[in-house]
Amino acid sequence: MIVIVDYGAGNLTSVLRAVSFLGFKAVISDRPEEILEADRIIFPGVGAAGSAMDGMKIRGIDTIMKKAFHNGTPMLGICVGCQIIMEKSEENDTSCLGFIPGEVKAFSKKMKSDENMDTDENIFLKVPHMGWNSLETVQDHPLFKGIKKEDEFYFVHSYYPVPVKKEHVLGTTEYGINFTSVIGKDNLFASQFHLEKSGKPGLLILKNFCVWEPC
Amino acid sequence: MLSKRIIPCLDVKNGRTTKGIKFKDNVEIGDPVEMARFYYEEGADELVFYDITASHEKRDIMIDVVKRVAETIFIPFSVGGGIRTLDDMHAVLLAGAEKVSVNSAAVKNPEIISQGAKAFGSQCVVLGMDVKHVGKKQGIDSGYEIVINGGRKFMGLDALSWARKAEDLGAGEICLNSIDADGTKDGYEMNLTRLISDNIDIPVIASGGAGTPKHLADVLKQGRASAALIASMVHYGTYTIAEIKKYLDGNGVKIRKTF
Repeated sequence: MIVIVDYGAGNLTSVLRAVSFLGFKAVISDRPEEILEADRIIFPGVGAAGSAMDGMKIRGIDTIMKKAFHNGTPMLGICVGCQIIMEKSEENDTSCLGFIPGEVKAFSKKMKSDENMDTDENIFLKVPHMGWNSLETVQDHPLFKGIKKEDEFYFVHSYYPVPVKKEHVLGTTEYGINFTSVIGKDNLFASQFHLEKSGKPGLLILKNFCVWEPC
Repeated sequence: MLSKRIIPCLDVKNGRTTKGIKFKDNVEIGDPVEMARFYYEEGADELVFYDITASHEKRDIMIDVVKRVAETIFIPFSVGGGIRTLDDMHAVLLAGAEKVSVNSAAVKNPEIISQGAKAFGSQCVVLGMDVKHVGKKQGIDSGYEIVINGGRKFMGLDALSWARKAEDLGAGEICLNSIDADGTKDGYEMNLTRLISDNIDIPVIASGGAGTPKHLADVLKQGRASAALIASMVHYGTYTIAEIKKYLDGNGVKIRKTF
């Protein structure tokens, strides 16, 4: 059974709908024992890393997530789920799960746009980074199977993860800066973009996760 | 680089779309779920549903539409029209919408923006603004005034100060509708769109006046909108989304090409 972890960080029904649409069975749960017994774990989330971590701790899920990660359960983090796997976040100086060395930083509000404008004035990029953007895959991964270079994904975030080690960076995206948008380590895969709202390419990665057998 | 978004808008009344929607093959579709699927397959980047059901009792019909849309398409969509309370917002989001749009209710009670942002996150809360050009006068420094009730009631509220206030209250995005341009097919209100977009940090969706792909290119470049709302130009089959995107791609607007 696939368990979608409910740690109070937003609406999980869209992830459940997407997984069900693909023909897999999943449940939404905040019960530690159910999460620990899961065949696969998905942890989506929106909002702030601080409240997401608080939500995990209150439910006693943070320690369960660490156990599951070390047990080798395939795990998929989405959006804030791609941030709380880091050691800490600049957002309210939050200490996170620490699966990946590195931290989470905020986009600067002074990033210049390189859009083709008809003036020479400086145009600053909007924060949050909201909308469809490209993904450059920098490493092969079974979850990228079938993904094309031109495929785009749906983002909504003001913070981004900064892994210390290159080996954990699976994909990057341009928004004022080149930032890490997909992270992977062993049985863990995490995307900053919303797989459940990214049309067919998003569903494909989600489907690849549902059959993934990490070595 | 971030793509500009093309967003078809569907008006829904009692669970059916209101305009006699005709596609190029002249098939008429009035089911919002079928239309959502059609635009999803055609490459729409997002969808907006506007519930114009008059009676509050019939809102459950819209919730059912939202649920069925959410089971069918996997791109973001927002729902607006008649959203007055946190409970209204919650029902729509729980049914599967990514965002909820507030308009008149926020003018009357701005706190609904901050309450919604706190409860569900800023990314869920879109402020819809209906704006009319009235010229600069006392209290309306920008020359643009907020109107409600379909443009009939002037609120004495300056459009730019309202946009800034909404951003401060936690709105994640602004859907900016020009009542003057709406329905004209003569193009978006460029000055208004650029004024608002240049002065706030959150994204602006331009709305009202789209008639040709060039209108979209103009508002997404010179108007500096992050997204463009379209309605009749696709509903009546004058253009397909693919045709619009092809034009934008050829005219220096970054758009999403695969879907």
